[in-house]
Amino acid sequence: MPPDNIDQQKVHSEEFLRRLMRDQLKLSIICAAGFLSALLALPLLNFFLPGLMATRIFGFTLSWLILGILFFPFVWVISYIFIKRSIALEENEAKFVRTSDRKPQGR
Amino acid sequence: MTIDPWILAFSAFTVIGTIWMGFWSARKSKTAHDFFVAGRSVSVGWNASAISGEYLSAASFMGVAGMVMSVGYDALWYPVCYACGYLFLLLFIAGPLRRFGAYTVPDFAEGRFDSPIFRKIAVVFVLFIGFFYTMPQMKGAGTTLAYIFPGLPYWAGVVLIGAVITLNVALGGMKGITLVQAVQYWVKMFAISAPIFVLLAVYGGYGKQLDENQAVPAPNPTAQVQTAAPQASLRPPLPENAPVDATWLNPFGPLTTKAARASGLSAEEARPYSLLYTYSLIIALVCGTAGLPHILVRFYTNPDGAAAKRTTMWVMILIGVFYVFPPIFGVLGRNLLPDLYLGVGAKGTDKVVLELPRILNEKYGVLGSILSGITCAGAFAAFMSTFSGLLVSMTGALAHDVYGRMLRPKSSPMERMLAFRISAVIVGTVAIVLGTQVEQFEINFMVGQAFAIAAASYFPLLFMCVWWRGMTMKGAATGMLGGGLLAMITISLTSFSDLGLLGLKDFWAAHPLLRILSEQPAIWAVPLAITLMIIVSKLTKREIPTDIRMKMLVLHAPETLGLKQEYIQEHGGH
Repeated sequence: MPPDNIDQQKVHSEEFLRRLMRDQLKLSIICAAGFLSALLALPLLNFFLPGLMATRIFGFTLSWLILGILFFPFVWVISYIFIKRSIALEENEAKFVRTSDRKPQGR
Repeated sequence: MTIDPWILAFSAFTVIGTIWMGFWSARKSKTAHDFFVAGRSVSVGWNASAISGEYLSAASFMGVAGMVMSVGYDALWYPVCYACGYLFLLLFIAGPLRRFGAYTVPDFAEGRFDSPIFRKIAVVFVLFIGFFYTMPQMKGAGTTLAYIFPGLPYWAGVVLIGAVITLNVALGGMKGITLVQAVQYWVKMFAISAPIFVLLAVYGGYGKQLDENQAVPAPNPTAQVQTAAPQASLRPPLPENAPVDATWLNPFGPLTTKAARASGLSAEEARPYSLLYTYSLIIALVCGTAGLPHILVRFYTNPDGAAAKRTTMWVMILIGVFYVFPPIFGVLGRNLLPDLYLGVGAKGTDKVVLELPRILNEKYGVLGSILSGITCAGAFAAFMSTFSGLLVSMTGALAHDVYGRMLRPKSSPMERMLAFRISAVIVGTVAIVLGTQVEQFEINFMVGQAFAIAAASYFPLLFMCVWWRGMTMKGAATGMLGGGLLAMITISLTSFSDLGLLGLKDFWAAHPLLRILSEQPAIWAVPLAITLMIIVSKLTKREIPTDIRMKMLVLHAPETLGLKQEYIQEHGGH
């Protein structure tokens, strides 16, 4: 059953839907841009700066160290940020349409 | 070579254990309804393990290591993009699909457009992509069996394992049960990491092993003379056909330059082609993962959206940690077991994960055999779980959608049960026959191709339908079919000519660019699919579903608002 303390008119308004989709898409695109820029920049660095990317660090080449190990923690950071923000976003949206008086209405 | 009793024992234990657990838990939850309802109480930890267990196939377990060994650096894109793809799925698709309550792509296709016809089109694609994805699993099975029983031909292993799993699915074991999948994740994780820790402790660290490859950056070929370093190298000489240190260690190696080098271009001329290949591969893997939503089913076994998100965080960590290990096998294999470069098909580098631990026998008695037995057990867990999962979903599509809805809508439950069993045998047989044909291809490469097709069909469909209101059924179908079928055709052309069934070798040599775009089609096929969707949807504007605003609300509004239930009540009439 849907909770009762919700402004149904507001939920079904064009404004609410636009707001929802815009905010969610914005968050997703920011996070995607963060990891895509790293993912897509790496081949370019390999292409234009092969000497730098072949620098040895603890026996690894820099490029191997980034792609074989460091990328995974980086992805964790992005997903952690996204999950935190999107839970907050959902709570915010729910609050937006919740009526201030919490007395149940007969349905 | 004889059969190693330790390896046999561990493998047999895994096979019997998996089948027994499947039947045991299938008896506990009889119907799909039971499964989903019961599943809603599954804890975050178990659920995250189960999703990860389902995600890690033979490609992750055996294929990545084999490919790193055979082509070096370029193969690292695979594990990274498998993990990044999951992030992409999380960012754009997982949340909305969970709110919408669509378990599979066909469910979503039908629900989004109220169109049973579109469902049928999507079902056909489930089968296409499914078969592409079963082939590498079968190669994994054939390779593992040929390793355990040295005299056994590759095809016999494929047939044997394929038949066992098919029978198991047909008899009703191996439903996607949380417990089995969760246990299998930990089996795979233990099997890939424990031998690595021992091997690194004995033979020196990851960095030290990489350091054995004394390469200089590719564009400076004169310095290569120095590679005969005075320091004593611990590794045996590499066979002739192994890539040299410089091309193996550095980006733009054998995998991505193959097409350009085949047409006689120099290393320097081949580099731009390589860059193109790399980008196309990245797009295929990232978008393709997002287009393989059999993983999505498990989002529903969380009690609420917030728990689903916490689960996802754990999945990212579990699969990320796992993917650090397979490349280490590849690096160690190059230094310690270079003879694998000489093997072809099932005897080649794809079996490095299985065979490498055995070198410890030289120093520590049976320890090597035990560890090798453990990695074999992990391999069985990997291809058995993925092949069973695929078989269940493909059989479901064939029995439920093709038979139950298209051919005989009025069939009785008994007839449907029979249809499920017959379908399982048909799908299993086709998968086995296809599997016997692909011995020469690398496991990981084949999975990449399946992902490219998914990236060109499912990903644009899901992405556009979730975020764009203007989609029409015709637009979605045209885009999915146009992108997906074209990608499939060009991939098949390259595979058939590699198998010698098509005489296109001279053509590819003359047109390296076309070869790369055919082998890795994602870079043009994904934009093509999206463009087709937009154009056709604009042309058929009048057919946008009338309740589109409600559908979009269900896709995007927080679950706490209960819009899904409201939507079902409104649609409850039919």
